[in-house]
Amino acid sequence: MSRFYASVSPLMAAALLVPFVTGTALAQARDPAYAAARSGGQVGEMPTGYLGIAGASTPDLKRLVDDINIKRKAVYAERAQAQHATVEEYAFTTGCKLVAQTQAGEKYQTPDGSWQVRGGGAPVRDSRCPA
Amino acid sequence: MKRNRLTRRPAVAKASRMDQRETQHGREKGPGGRLMPALQEVWHKRTARLGVSVLSLGMMAALSGCITVSAPDKPIVIELNINIKQEVIYRLAADAGKTIDSNKDIF
Repeated sequence: MSRFYASVSPLMAAALLVPFVTGTALAQARDPAYAAARSGGQVGEMPTGYLGIAGASTPDLKRLVDDINIKRKAVYAERAQAQHATVEEYAFTTGCKLVAQTQAGEKYQTPDGSWQVRGGGAPVRDSRCPA
Repeated sequence: MKRNRLTRRPAVAKASRMDQRETQHGREKGPGGRLMPALQEVWHKRTARLGVSVLSLGMMAALSGCITVSAPDKPIVIELNINIKQEVIYRLAADAGKTIDSNKDIF
């Protein structure tokens, strides 16, 4: 009996884990339209922690940016509550990191509001951002 | 009846400012509508003391050196999100990093 369980349990565990793994793997990938807009410099990271339209705005682009920002805000609100901070504080802190993590060629907004293409060096960020 | 020399109107007895003030408070008046000499003396002392204190205040201000206000040489920059403190950002930084890593689809 115990041998039966010992042989079956790894299989059961694997069967249980599979949907989880695939589920997170799917959630981890950026939407192709978002990835294209990002690498194309149509959208960029703002110091506030939200995505912005860096060039000319189109209805499709606005929908994409709004959709992501609403999802971001939901995550910020949840984490801010857990950390006893305001949504703005949490979003701003994440924004510091997101601007720092932009890849070369992607766009980001400086604290003075101008859009820059990320080069090889460090991006221009708010003086309060951690290293 | 006394009359004004120029206008020939009945002269109105003008009370001095000091007398007016004192009569407002219902103080006694001495002969000739003037304050009693004792009261007058007290009044003079009081005004003199006030004068001295005002003068000394002015002297102190003059002697304690000038306060100079100079314009800053850099332009004044109005920062957005000024109410977000750096210490809060440092406290949240690690958690923010984890949040980005676990929600890669929206970041």
